[in-house]
Amino acid sequence: MMEPLPEISALPFDVDRVRRDFAVLEREIHGHRLCYLDNAATSQRPKAVVDAIVQSLTWSNANIHRAIHTLGYEATVAYEEAHKKVARFINAKSWREIVFVRNATEALNLVAGSWGLANLRAGDEVVLTIMEHHSDIVPWQLLAARLGFVIKFIPVTADAVLDVDAAARLITPKTKLVGVVHASNVLGAINPVADLREMARKAGAKFLLDGAQSVPHMAVDVRALDCDFFAASGHKMCGPTGIGFLYAKKELLEAMPPFLSGGDMIATVTTEGSTWNELPWKFEAGTSAVAEGIGLGAAVDYLSTLGMNNLFSYEKELGAYVLEKLRALDYVTLYGHKRGESLAVFSFNVTGAHPHDGANLLDRLGIAVRSGHHCAQPLMNALGMDNTLRASFYFYNTKEEANRLIHALGELRKLFAR
Amino acid sequence: MTDDAFKNDLLDVDPLMMDVLLDHYKHPHNFGELEGANIVYEEGNPSCGDQLKIMAKTKDGVIEDIKFSGKGCIISQAAASILTDLIKGEKLERVRDLTKDEMLENIGIPIGPMRLKCALLALKVLKAGVYGQAAWPGEEEE
Repeated sequence: MMEPLPEISALPFDVDRVRRDFAVLEREIHGHRLCYLDNAATSQRPKAVVDAIVQSLTWSNANIHRAIHTLGYEATVAYEEAHKKVARFINAKSWREIVFVRNATEALNLVAGSWGLANLRAGDEVVLTIMEHHSDIVPWQLLAARLGFVIKFIPVTADAVLDVDAAARLITPKTKLVGVVHASNVLGAINPVADLREMARKAGAKFLLDGAQSVPHMAVDVRALDCDFFAASGHKMCGPTGIGFLYAKKELLEAMPPFLSGGDMIATVTTEGSTWNELPWKFEAGTSAVAEGIGLGAAVDYLSTLGMNNLFSYEKELGAYVLEKLRALDYVTLYGHKRGESLAVFSFNVTGAHPHDGANLLDRLGIAVRSGHHCAQPLMNALGMDNTLRASFYFYNTKEEANRLIHALGELRKLFAR
Repeated sequence: MTDDAFKNDLLDVDPLMMDVLLDHYKHPHNFGELEGANIVYEEGNPSCGDQLKIMAKTKDGVIEDIKFSGKGCIISQAAASILTDLIKGEKLERVRDLTKDEMLENIGIPIGPMRLKCALLALKVLKAGVYGQAAWPGEEEE
């Protein structure tokens, strides 16, 4: 059994020092210093992560698990070690409960395609929330079309938080899985996962968390959360693209059939059939994204050194500052942030300005924000939102950058009001 | 960062041109539903949610009347307003001959690669409605 790493960073969080780890933050865009506020889409990567990837690619590159030679050994050890780092980071019981995948989307497809296909049938129900990212809706819809089970959605209340009372009615003994986005990529809302897990447990259902937005910003303890599945993407947490992970309880992974199949995931193959490799390799078919996996390990090291609780406190204070400023603008319609705890993720509209135009103009001021439906159309429909601008902050953002955003929104308003 | 610096920077657009565009956006020409239209086509750009419907009444190969409805950003909506002005009273062949470059020229502001689809949505919808072209203008050969 693995012990969680103690929070080693007793140093106060120093944003100026941290910013020096991200060269891109010095970049000028259209004559302005970059103000990167699209972190919910993807974060930037610190030098330590880039260095680890370069080291792997240029000095220790080999295929893992089969090579007897030195490079093969180094690559295998480093790649396995990355699984161990992630396991410690989220306090998994064993590193064998960590399956590396391309991203949270693939992790969720793995759960649907393996566990779902083996365990769901007509008459069953899967309960999701209306806040889910498309990646935790579409795989279940595709599977439901094949198997005939029913998908139900936990709605949001008028003040844009999950309707826990409705959840209590929707989750019944027919429910086989409850899937919940830990933190919303649109509203920033941190969902009441303990309440929902209890409902799932009482119904005898499995409990799945989409942690793509939560794990980059807050300390995650999968044992305390007591979830069955937890999906995340590396690139939103300072790691590279092309790598993410699925955590699942060992007994589930052991019972689940393989998802992708082929090389490396087998123990033996005969013309009559095959047996499966040990965990987690049973679910990692083919040559892995080795350098990316090692990069994810470095990202976890980086975040652990800063201390997730430090980051969370810093972002919370920054978020409160942004919220106060946004609320003071009468031409800004902000979604969510009315009740409960939230990440520093803000979806809003500026009266008279289409979000696409807004994002375009902000870019001209060096400010990177997202516009659109944020891959969460059911939530947008439920809240009567069409498209929005979204500013999402991370630990390397500052109050000065928040001020730049607020100033730019004023300019945007002036332009479209004239 | 002064307001003037912002304005000069704004979409790289001459403030006068921006006023023209804003006027098309806020007071679009040929906007609304067209009764008795024999060409009706609607399409959206799912990546940004823009939606555009073009309705035209033709007689003897001439576009007698044309209207559009929809919602979206300043560029997509102003482009529809400009295009319907341009095409009203013209022969149907004009729609086929209208190129991507001519459309962009008529919009009159520099269009970056990220906004190209906003600028061309109206022309795409019109071409699809008139002669069933499925490709984006400028991508016919791909």
